[in-house]
Amino acid sequence: MTEPYRIQGETGEWEVVLGLEVHAQVISQAKLFSGSSTKFGSEANTQVSLVDAAMPGMLPVINRECVEQAVRTGLALKAQINLRSVFDRKNYFYADLPQGYQISQYKDPIVGEGVLLLDLPDGSTKSVGIERLHLEQDAGKSLHDQHPQKTYIDLNRSGVALMEIVSKPDLSSPEEAGLYVKKLRSILRYVGTCDGNMQEGSMRADVNVSVRKPGDPLGTRCEIKNMNSVRFIHQAIEYEARRQIEILESGGKIDQETRLFDTGRGETRSMRSKEDAHDYRYFPDPDLLPLVLDQARVDALGADLPELPDVKKARFIADFGLSPYDAAILVEERATADWYEKLAKGRDPKIAANWLISELFGALNKAGKDLVDSPVSADALGGLVDLIGDGTISGRIAKEVFAEMFETGKSAGEIVEEKGLRQVSDTGAIEGIIDEVLAENADKVEQYRGGKDKLFGFFVGQTMKKSQGKANPGMVNELLRKKLDG
Amino acid sequence: MSLDKATVASIANLARIKVPDDRLEAMVGDLNAILGFVEQLDEVDTSGVEPLASVTGHTLPQREDAVTDGGYQARVTANAPESAHGFFVVPKVVE
Repeated sequence: MTEPYRIQGETGEWEVVLGLEVHAQVISQAKLFSGSSTKFGSEANTQVSLVDAAMPGMLPVINRECVEQAVRTGLALKAQINLRSVFDRKNYFYADLPQGYQISQYKDPIVGEGVLLLDLPDGSTKSVGIERLHLEQDAGKSLHDQHPQKTYIDLNRSGVALMEIVSKPDLSSPEEAGLYVKKLRSILRYVGTCDGNMQEGSMRADVNVSVRKPGDPLGTRCEIKNMNSVRFIHQAIEYEARRQIEILESGGKIDQETRLFDTGRGETRSMRSKEDAHDYRYFPDPDLLPLVLDQARVDALGADLPELPDVKKARFIADFGLSPYDAAILVEERATADWYEKLAKGRDPKIAANWLISELFGALNKAGKDLVDSPVSADALGGLVDLIGDGTISGRIAKEVFAEMFETGKSAGEIVEEKGLRQVSDTGAIEGIIDEVLAENADKVEQYRGGKDKLFGFFVGQTMKKSQGKANPGMVNELLRKKLDG
Repeated sequence: MSLDKATVASIANLARIKVPDDRLEAMVGDLNAILGFVEQLDEVDTSGVEPLASVTGHTLPQREDAVTDGGYQARVTANAPESAHGFFVVPKVVE
């Protein structure tokens, strides 16, 4: 991605400026300010306390774990942890917001500026600023398709803790926006503060999009709300940037507004009902005192963090000699990295990485499976790598054996024995085959000796074929040279 | 600080309070009187004074992360003007 992303308009090239606000549902047993459960998919309104339903006289009491989850996330983003933060009320009316306000943090968030590294496809990285992270309540859920004239409201999600993570406008292409979401998801999953399940809505992104001619000051931005897949984020940005360029090039101006991405039509449209909704009349929540943390507690949380993806990636590059690209793939999920380390232990780490990335990931992808359901365990794949290493089978046969392992779950050793795939490294046996090949192709031997060097490959191929791929290719080469040239 | 009619109408709309046009003028007067009363506080010099969140010196109480509440669907929806199958039911609101 050394080429900057540009969009060709009527009047020249344009660049896009993007900032993301990601809402990540905090992993916790109970909600942010009440003792009801956060479990997903329960019967309507069964996980609602009188606090969540905003009954008069109820008071919010903050969940310690949710606070710690926000601090862990902040530390993982190398961010400033604010030892004093304040909860505010963000006022608006909507049927799935029983309080008539959302408890959020406005001026004094729990986490300040941090940084996130994007792993670009060419192996380089790009640093993206984090503006802030704050804690807030999720809203309930509206179901519009249950009744022709009515909307049904389920408050099970109402009051579940969210982290809103705001980036600086440092992203400059749809791909970078996608990589940002991917990397953030990876970090959240490493530290165990959000499950990153975009389909269930545990992670949703709002994207701020503006366009400008390279070098110009920032343009007016539009915010596209609530996207739950990287693919939609790509599509929405591409559509929205084009829309803004068309308006500007025909002499119009951009209205700062909230827009919705229509996934069916692949276009964004204005959410007119939100026109005056930006006037949220924030004020400090009188039910909640400022949240004060002590540095010792923050330090303790920091000490308990696992090795994070960037550090792990650097270690894989330094210790195992992997390319930055391969290392980035292996560390994206902690389980994958652990799997790889088990496989690589005591083996050639590059060969191990190749087998995992090219063969196993390829096969899993085709079968629609994840690494956790892999029919081939790390030990089993390691067994196969060992058989290649000690010369029992060739790399080509190994691919056959692997396919069989994936199919049947048997070990490499078993398959090699059963099918008699052991590599032939016996000089006499290979010489026997070579003699047959040369006898059957006497004319070609003549041509070869007459100067047609290229035929050498033909003899190698024939010998391998006759041995059913089992002959040791190195020895075949060596012995053929001796017989033909000697 | 002094409010005009347009601002009062906009605040009323944000608060979803219906104020008929012939009541607006009077309400502008009432609100300005209240603001004027509160603005007497501006006479005190508070430069360098941190905003006070509590006079008791208490800090924010915190809960352990345990499920201790919920599981009473019928109680939650008991006061709803309309409910069905455990849901609150409201007039259709679609974007």
